Amino acid sequence: MTERTLAVVTGGLRQPSSSRLLADKLAAAAGEELTRLGVTPKIEVIELRDHAHEITDNLLTGFAGAAFAKVVETVAGADGLVAVSPVFTASYSGLFKSFVDVLPDGSLAGKPVLIGATGGTARHSLALDHALRPLFAYTRSIVIPTGVFAAPEDWGGDEGGGRLDQRVRRAAAELAAEVARRDPATVDDPFALKTSFEDLLAGE
Amino acid sequence: MQFGIFTVGDVTPDPTNGTTPSEHDRIKAMVRIAQKVEEVGLDVFAMGEHHNPPFVPSSPTTMLGYIAARTEKILLSTATTLITTNDPVKIAEDYAMLQHLADGRVDLMMGRGNTGPVYPWFGQDIRNGIALAIENYSLLHKLWREDVVDWKGRFRTPLQSFTATPRPLDGVPPFVWHGSIRSPEIAEQAAFYGDGFFANHIFWPKEHTQKMIALYRERYAHYGHGTAEQAIVGLGGQVFMRKNSQDAVREFRPYFNEAPVYGHGPSMEDFTRETPLTVGSPQQVIDRTLGFRDYVGDYQRQLFLMDHAGLPLKTVLEQLDLLGEEVVPVLRKEFEVNRPADVPDAPTHESLVAAAAAKVSA
Repeated sequence: MTERTLAVVTGGLRQPSSSRLLADKLAAAAGEELTRLGVTPKIEVIELRDHAHEITDNLLTGFAGAAFAKVVETVAGADGLVAVSPVFTASYSGLFKSFVDVLPDGSLAGKPVLIGATGGTARHSLALDHALRPLFAYTRSIVIPTGVFAAPEDWGGDEGGGRLDQRVRRAAAELAAEVARRDPATVDDPFALKTSFEDLLAGE
Repeated sequence: MQFGIFTVGDVTPDPTNGTTPSEHDRIKAMVRIAQKVEEVGLDVFAMGEHHNPPFVPSSPTTMLGYIAARTEKILLSTATTLITTNDPVKIAEDYAMLQHLADGRVDLMMGRGNTGPVYPWFGQDIRNGIALAIENYSLLHKLWREDVVDWKGRFRTPLQSFTATPRPLDGVPPFVWHGSIRSPEIAEQAAFYGDGFFANHIFWPKEHTQKMIALYRERYAHYGHGTAEQAIVGLGGQVFMRKNSQDAVREFRPYFNEAPVYGHGPSMEDFTRETPLTVGSPQQVIDRTLGFRDYVGDYQRQLFLMDHAGLPLKTVLEQLDLLGEEVVPVLRKEFEVNRPADVPDAPTHESLVAAAAAKVSA
């Protein structure tokens, strides 16, 4: 059976975190869908809070420390990405954006990405389509059509929870279909020589 | 093997007392450091080229010419000469002149410069960085080897029947290194010409250096200049020493914490683990430096960064004493152990003249 890796990146800062809860729901549902499609899912969860200092160090020094480099490799090498941020001041959190900022250029290109967000009111839900979706358009990722926002009412009551689960299942199915139909992800080696010297001399 | 220092020439406040040297103080300090390099028995003094504050060395051949007159033995070099924003015609002339004045004690390291706004001040565009490095160096290489040059390219006016003067000393151009942190095209360029390759090897993980040197060595052999092991490799390094390592750690920490490149980021302990920086006793510096060979192979030149982050001149001169008295003599001896006989030394003017003569008589 073929295997595909899903990296699950969550930017929640509290314990427990509603962004983590949403990320886990999305990952579990996407895993089930992949299994149904005959693909073995491998799920790697990354809580950005655990790497907050490393992310800042990377911004300042220009390189990922040895331990954090493994996290970056996990995301760059994943076949699909579930990316969930809390909405802070009308957008994704600064930590979430900083993490995307330190990923090597091109490492999310062509990668299916399922976007999710959480917030204190449903009125923040447009952050998905005004902030997260353009961000992952810039990284040349394949942002799947359904983004999932979880508001406080989604976590309580049958009606709200039921609707959240519906959206989670729909988004997860879209992500799984995109991941399953693609070849495994490849990671670019920035140190590999891509142009011959003759071509460089010729100005190509 | 050659040992020396390279200086960026930054004017940085001393974080322990808030004093900032004047440009005049800093320029004179660089000269004093170069003289000290000779006094303590090191081989190379290399200086940066910058055209923006807080850096002072905008005119390297002026400074190196002055240093040449005040020293007798050390090799004068650059770290780096901006091959992108300087006119290669002027580099050819300036460094040939320096080579004559210094009786051949000159080589150069080419670099691109990574500050976007500097490029347009010299009529260029950083987006052409690699292309400029390739074209400009190809012209420079020709100007030093052909007496009359006809040339046309993308980035400067064409040349017709042009002769760069003075001609290189004894008809032998200065040896050239190419420096880059992580552009494989530059390792390729160095390999193509059979020039040296210098990995900055400070502020970055050793894995970057290892990959760049491996590529350069492989391509050096590919272009037929010798075996991969015979390629000419230089490395940077950054150290701060005191007899007792705890004293070194205590004294350097405030400078580390405020340093322009990495300050306010990782802890000094993290940074010494993640990069080649060593803060400790001379013996710790010796052990760490000898370890460089494990991941780049036997190499030809080791330059240390000593005078940045606002360290006072007095401290830098003490560091150079430790380097010259306690560290480098051991490194010279230990690097010779198990070094294959066919691994060459870094070329010097004398060795290049001899090689040229051997070629003519052959």
